[in-house]
Amino acid sequence: MTRIISIVVGIGFTVAVLWAFAFGVGPAFSTFAKHGQFVEPTAELELHKVAHGPEGGFSFDGPFGKWDYAQLQRGYQVYKEVCAACHSLQYVAFRNLEELTYSEAEVKAEAAQYQIPKYDPATSEVVTQPGLPTDQFPPVPYFGTGHPPDLSLITKARHDGSNYVYSLLTGYGEPDPEVLAKFPDFEVPAGMSFNPYFANVNIAMAPPLTTDGQVTYADGTEATVSQMAKDVSAFLTWTAEPTLVKRKQTGWPVLGFLLFATILAYLSKKQIWASLKPRKKD
Amino acid sequence: MSFAWARQYEPQNAFMKWMDERLPLPRLVYNAVGAGYPVPRNLNYMWNFGVLAGFFLVVQIITGVILAMHYAANQTVAFATVEHIMRNVNWGWLMRYAHANGASFFFIVVYLHIFRGFFYSSYKAPREMIWLLGVVIFLLMMATAFMGYVLPWGQMSFWGAQVITGLFGAIPLVGENLQIWILGGYAPDNAALNRFFSLHFLLPFVIAAVVILHVWALHIPGSSNPTGVEVKSESDTVPFHPYYTAKDGFGLGVVLIFFAIMVFFAPNALGHPDNYIEANPLSTPALIVPEWYFYPFYAILRAFTFDFILPAKLWGVLAMFASILVWFFLPWLDKGAVRSGHYRPLFRKFFWFGLIPCMAALFYLGGAHAEEPYIMLSQFATAYYFLHFLVILPIISSIEKPEPLPYSITDAVLGGKAATEA
Repeated sequence: MTRIISIVVGIGFTVAVLWAFAFGVGPAFSTFAKHGQFVEPTAELELHKVAHGPEGGFSFDGPFGKWDYAQLQRGYQVYKEVCAACHSLQYVAFRNLEELTYSEAEVKAEAAQYQIPKYDPATSEVVTQPGLPTDQFPPVPYFGTGHPPDLSLITKARHDGSNYVYSLLTGYGEPDPEVLAKFPDFEVPAGMSFNPYFANVNIAMAPPLTTDGQVTYADGTEATVSQMAKDVSAFLTWTAEPTLVKRKQTGWPVLGFLLFATILAYLSKKQIWASLKPRKKD
Repeated sequence: MSFAWARQYEPQNAFMKWMDERLPLPRLVYNAVGAGYPVPRNLNYMWNFGVLAGFFLVVQIITGVILAMHYAANQTVAFATVEHIMRNVNWGWLMRYAHANGASFFFIVVYLHIFRGFFYSSYKAPREMIWLLGVVIFLLMMATAFMGYVLPWGQMSFWGAQVITGLFGAIPLVGENLQIWILGGYAPDNAALNRFFSLHFLLPFVIAAVVILHVWALHIPGSSNPTGVEVKSESDTVPFHPYYTAKDGFGLGVVLIFFAIMVFFAPNALGHPDNYIEANPLSTPALIVPEWYFYPFYAILRAFTFDFILPAKLWGVLAMFASILVWFFLPWLDKGAVRSGHYRPLFRKFFWFGLIPCMAALFYLGGAHAEEPYIMLSQFATAYYFLHFLVILPIISSIEKPEPLPYSITDAVLGGKAATEA
């Protein structure tokens, strides 16, 4: 009886799902016959590109990756002079900058450049005061089009984030004319810019890094667009996960210990089970 | 319980003797996972995953309790407190990555444990109750994991909660009110976040309680084994300790190596980047997907795209719940006396060339975009899934002619002569 009920129920689900299949298969294959693929081709799909890293990759890539502190400091400079006009960095505190090998006094001075809204305990009113190292980066007022996201976590909030930020910053340009010829209706909306790495290829952010030397690096490094993009991507990787390098460095001794312990466990298992072997001929 | 030749606990000193007469806890442990539990001597490494699942439950409870000390279940600060854990709490990043990846590993070992059960028909008499309790544990794990994923209050947390509670909204008549009751509102917000946190903290202890029942039920008939032949004599078994404690210890080491690789070198590989964006009810992600361990069931849910007597959405919800509920009926659907897939030629073919590719496909398709050809493929895989458990298994278990079984476990291990019909 159980089995008869089960066969009826099983066939019920199968019929229902194959019913859906029967309705879907026609349209799916007519799309396929027309375009050679199952999805309707769109200009966005054909123009979109997968993110790639800078030449030589980042110093923190791979299991042995390390921060390049000079690069992180340059990246912070790019953030401060370019990105910070529109983008906040709310989960980072000024004190965290000491991890970029800035001195305590430098961090104090850095924080003091920012005006932080705080409650005045005497009047209960919001007043702005110069920042302290314990403060976090303040919100950035923005009145233009689009919604500039907070950048603290941006490299973790995008797939392959560090490479994505680099590709996006260096990827502005004109759409491929061959694709445009196929889709004459495609146009970049007014006020938007074309960027093949952005999800729908039209981004509200105007190209932020436009000319070499836009930032004058304190350490004298030549500030090409690619260099600035690389540095700020590295900096934003640090803001997203300040413990990234510590995490990888902690991983090695842990793995070493586990490997050693597992070998010992294997040997003791072998020895314990060996006592069962002589009985083979009983 | 247990076998006549099981070793008896003997207190080694005056204190343990005193203890044994008042609270025989050491005796309980000795009989449960010590030398007092005789286990078939032929278990292969697929039998490691029960102990490993227990281990990851403990990892989840310990890391989870620590995370709860620093987390605040309030929609205005939940996301920020998770970042606080990642940045300011000493070793907080390790606790959180271990917890997030620990959930994945818990599911990996439990899936292997379940599929070992499928292949060796571990659910067959007299072990039905172990199996039923196991399915209960799996359902509790799913509820716990789902609610845990909501707590960081990222985009996938919010929209995942919206979609999953929306499933209850598909139930006729009461659905809409049920969804509002579950969420405590019209959409996920503070009420939902708070109750999910409360339940996420509670359910692991419920799981631990059901695990105790699961292990208790296991100790009545004793462990199954790869031949599926019941234990006949003392030479078929070895004491759990030291034989299987040593073997499980090695297995644990191997799994921990993989776990450490994920936690320290790719902690976000199994997560979704969108969950590092704070929940925003006004911005729907391009693709809403659950965590990877729910993909097969999510694929089944999305396979029903056209109404057939009932609305498509209701079919999807019914099928998704049914896809797990059918496991409850397995002991009565698959009736043959022979347990192990090694001696069931027809069953074995459907297992390796039917169920396994079907599950692999569902795992892949659940994470894919809801577009062709993925929809068609998930419809095929879903159809096979139900046919396998509800039609094929009952039929093959009555028509199949099993291969000859070894007379005993000892014979199977030591290559004894008599291979006879069971």
